[in-house]
Amino acid sequence: MDSTGSGLLSAVVFLPLAAAAIIVLAARGDRAVRQLAGLAALAELALSGFVFIRYDRSGDRYQMVDRVTDWIPIETFQVQYFLGVDGLSAPLVLLTGILGMAAVFASWGIKHRVREYFAWLLVLQTAVMGVFTSLDLILFFLMWELELIPMFFLIAVWGTGRREYSAMKFLVFTFLGSAFMLVGILALFFTEGINTFDMTELPAAIRATTDFAAPIGLIFTLLFIAFAVKLPVWPFHTWLPDAHTDAPTAVSVLLAGVLLKMGGYGMIRISVEMFPDVIRDAAWLLVTAGVVNVLYGAAVTIRQTDLKRLIAFSSVSHMGYVLVGISAVAGAGALPAVGLTGAAMQMFTHGTITGLLFLLVGLVYDKVHTRYIPDMGGLAGRMPVLAVAFLIAGLASLGLPGTSGFVSEILVFMGAFPVWGWGTALAAFGIVITAGYILWLLQRTFFGPRIERFGNVRDATPLEMAPMAVLIAAILAVGVYPSFISDVFRDGIANVIGGAASAAAVAP
Amino acid sequence: MISELWVWLILLLPLGSFALIGLIIRPFLARHSKLAGQVTVGAIGASFLLSLWALGSTIADGARAETWSSYKWLSVGNLEIDVGILLDPLTALMLVVVTGVSLLVQIYSTGYMKGDPGYARYFAFMSLFTGSMAGLVIASNIVQLYIFWELVGLCSFLLIGFWYERPAAAAAAKKAFIITRLGDFGFLLAILYLFLNADSIPGNPLDISNLTNQLPLAIGAGTVAASVATWAGLGIFAGAVGKSGQFPLHTWLPDAMEGPTPVSALIHAATMVAAGVFLVARFFDLFASSEVVMSTVAAVGGFTALFAATMGLVNNDIKRVLAYSTVSQLGYMMFALGIGAYGPAVFHLFTHAFFKALLFLGAGSVSHASGTFDMRYMGGLRKVMPWTYHTFLLGALSLCGIFPLAGFWSKDEILAHGLSSASIGQVVVWLPIVAAALTILYTVRAISMTFEGEFRGGADAAEDAQPHGGGVHLAESPPVMVAPLVILAAATILGGWLINPTTGLGVIEKHWLAHFLNTKGADVNLPLAVISTVLSAALFLAAHHLFTKRAATARRLSERLSPAHMLLSRKYYLDHLYEDVVTVRGFYGGAARLLDWADKAVVDGVVRMIDRFGRNIGRAIALLQTGQLQGYGVAISVGVLAMVGIYLFF
Repeated sequence: MDSTGSGLLSAVVFLPLAAAAIIVLAARGDRAVRQLAGLAALAELALSGFVFIRYDRSGDRYQMVDRVTDWIPIETFQVQYFLGVDGLSAPLVLLTGILGMAAVFASWGIKHRVREYFAWLLVLQTAVMGVFTSLDLILFFLMWELELIPMFFLIAVWGTGRREYSAMKFLVFTFLGSAFMLVGILALFFTEGINTFDMTELPAAIRATTDFAAPIGLIFTLLFIAFAVKLPVWPFHTWLPDAHTDAPTAVSVLLAGVLLKMGGYGMIRISVEMFPDVIRDAAWLLVTAGVVNVLYGAAVTIRQTDLKRLIAFSSVSHMGYVLVGISAVAGAGALPAVGLTGAAMQMFTHGTITGLLFLLVGLVYDKVHTRYIPDMGGLAGRMPVLAVAFLIAGLASLGLPGTSGFVSEILVFMGAFPVWGWGTALAAFGIVITAGYILWLLQRTFFGPRIERFGNVRDATPLEMAPMAVLIAAILAVGVYPSFISDVFRDGIANVIGGAASAAAVAP
Repeated sequence: MISELWVWLILLLPLGSFALIGLIIRPFLARHSKLAGQVTVGAIGASFLLSLWALGSTIADGARAETWSSYKWLSVGNLEIDVGILLDPLTALMLVVVTGVSLLVQIYSTGYMKGDPGYARYFAFMSLFTGSMAGLVIASNIVQLYIFWELVGLCSFLLIGFWYERPAAAAAAKKAFIITRLGDFGFLLAILYLFLNADSIPGNPLDISNLTNQLPLAIGAGTVAASVATWAGLGIFAGAVGKSGQFPLHTWLPDAMEGPTPVSALIHAATMVAAGVFLVARFFDLFASSEVVMSTVAAVGGFTALFAATMGLVNNDIKRVLAYSTVSQLGYMMFALGIGAYGPAVFHLFTHAFFKALLFLGAGSVSHASGTFDMRYMGGLRKVMPWTYHTFLLGALSLCGIFPLAGFWSKDEILAHGLSSASIGQVVVWLPIVAAALTILYTVRAISMTFEGEFRGGADAAEDAQPHGGGVHLAESPPVMVAPLVILAAATILGGWLINPTTGLGVIEKHWLAHFLNTKGADVNLPLAVISTVLSAALFLAAHHLFTKRAATARRLSERLSPAHMLLSRKYYLDHLYEDVVTVRGFYGGAARLLDWADKAVVDGVVRMIDRFGRNIGRAIALLQTGQLQGYGVAISVGVLAMVGIYLFF
């Protein structure tokens, strides 16, 4: 065994899994389970924060690398255990830590099969952390697939409504996508001259190759479809509203907050970095799909009467901005850097904003026992803290300056507009429709005369406020001083675009 | 000389007050909510003093523009968004107007909002608003300006919807935000368009002093296409149209009167709506590089001046009459900018801020006594509220442009410029001239209905119980409310000729304001001034006679004109067009409904079809799984044979 590394990232990835194992094997009673899960989530948040802070912008590209080069050695089929973070993944690790903490604390009220619930929730966190830190395609794929199992059970067992249907739909869609991805990965590997799964070597190797095992456009497409399903890109989005609507609150938080970002992350890390020429040619498709996502998503959102489904559809709309940002790869000069940084920022900010929105929707539902918007109204007087939090989340969602939503949107638009003028202008019109559905939502739920039926509704408890406060702080901090995240993303993106020269640089 | 830190404090003090109230006073010191008002008044008072210092310092500095080093806010690739301060005469003047009017409004509010359960929240929002507005005017980068521009819009939303349990207030707040955002969409595109031209624009394409100095020069020299100014100008102007309630995005402003009255005075009359005018003034040199943009600004402004005035004629809500009057007056300023009369436009912005704040606060004082805003149920208040009446009258006379009040000087200058303008202004100017006559009519009508005759019952008779009302108690408002009225009235009397005198006044040089703004001062067009004064005064008196002594005749007149009356009171059916036709039927009930249906039936339908197809295949294949070993054996043998065969033959 040839292994290097400090083990920090391994700890980040496997701490939740270890906690899950302890919960299953050793924890006695629901109370202990909760406390253990809470402790693990806080430790994970601290670790991910430490990774983010330790990431050195002037250092090598990939840092805190944990590596076992001959992890699964089968002849030439060398699969490595290879973890590392760069400027693109470090903020996403932080994001996962934040939302993982929020998800665990949002689950305090779970009464049904508590032990399994928290175990699955923690396994899910391991999978997502693994996706963001894997630097070997097979490991990446394993983590990508690992995420499906806990998600399936979390929705199917602890969900509401048509939970089995939604869980199965989610599973089938994602699985179909990953099947394509696996074929794509193998096609790359079996191409003469590449023969590696090492994501740090692949970009240069692919660039040096002309004769692929399959047409390069096909390989690109196979991989891209997996990411497109996850993001999701229209028309592969229909699993999302169902999964969200029926998932328990914490799972929605993670689903919207980090799982969708796996799609965008894959697009940037793999589609953009490894296939720069292909994606440049396909950029018109990206911007078209982005505009469709934004406008179609927004139009469908405004029709929704279920609070949760509404937020779910708004995610479809907002993920369109990620596509628009990525489409700037076709631009000249520094435009791709601006657009891609915008796309990455959009992933981060949408994670915190929509994570918060789902958290709040869950709390509101717990208290008023309905998600049907026309039945609500006048809640602001009853639950002022939740109303203020919802207002902040909503304003961030509609891209109000001072919140993080604005930062990512302006970057996306700045990068993409010079490349795709009309497309970006159309997508930018989404901010008007978003204002429409967000404010109308606030008006129908929180404003207006108080309703007698909700006379005994209580506001958020301090325990419920804690994760809210963390997310609000993240939203406002990025909104007021975006550089502390955007500079990191910028460096990550610079390397993604910069390609071969820096790709090989690896430090333990 | 004022230094950088002090200028930042103008913005940071109110923002700090917002944070203090929001994070500490409201959650933990609920019983001492009075503190909120005191903190706000203190913070804004300090801001006002600093603003005066900034103005004095700019004057002493020979009206030069001062910029302070910027801080990197966001930088990616060639995109550099820096925040900094641009302190030029326009900024200095605006700072004084904003913080000055705001201070008076806050003092007034401590009386007006007394006892409101949302007292602390109110002052938190007002602080945030004042800070945002200050941030807007000192911005040195167009994105920085946009940020505060949107925050100002947010405050407007929060304050219009302050009494959020009233459906009308919640709806009005939403409407204001969405309609102004429509304009902001244009503003955003303009910013993107400037960045698109980053390569040709000399220097940072987002830096304001760059955009208003180097860029126009480059366009003049032909090194940058004139179309850059045209598209950027039109986009920026779209933002101004939304925020300043210009046609066709004016519909939100009258509805915005759902907010507390001091809010209307501050935001929807004196400062925020003037931000649109400020924006055009800020980019005036860029606008001036494009004939198309200037003509558009002049035409939209001139048309709005008249258009809004007509709607002011028929409204029975005193605040809405004033709201239309605001839209109309902002139209004057836009018109002036469009014809190149930068100095008079800013002058009118300045004078208008004071007399319109005065009128709104007067309206608030009136409703404090009568419990309603519906003028049909007022009347006779002249006797019970002498202070309110007299100050209101002064504001009204100023609005009508009566000599020698502030409004006279600024409005007259705009019209004189229009008449002597060589551009489109020469034609358009007749719209604001007619509007001036209408202004007198609706103003006098409002005064007559409110103050003259007998009291008609107030809140007890009116149907619209105000959340604030507290019923009828006919008496003058408390001193804390009257004092700001008196101060504003003084500004209305002095503000015009004192700061921009037509002859030298010793310490104050001739055309001081015009020179301070680095523009040429125009001499008074004496014949025009005399004619307009005489006509205005005559019309004022005639209208007063009509509405006060011959109220019946006035009513008959409006009945005879009922189709026109209908058209006006229905606001030209534009609200109906925007809300019912376009938004509800066209978008919500049309396009969005269709897509929502398609999402379920078509996109998800295909998924279900594939699902069914897959299940059927599965079922078909399942038929083969009979569990009989003989069958499997046959299949295996056939398979092996086939493979051997293939191997042998190929």
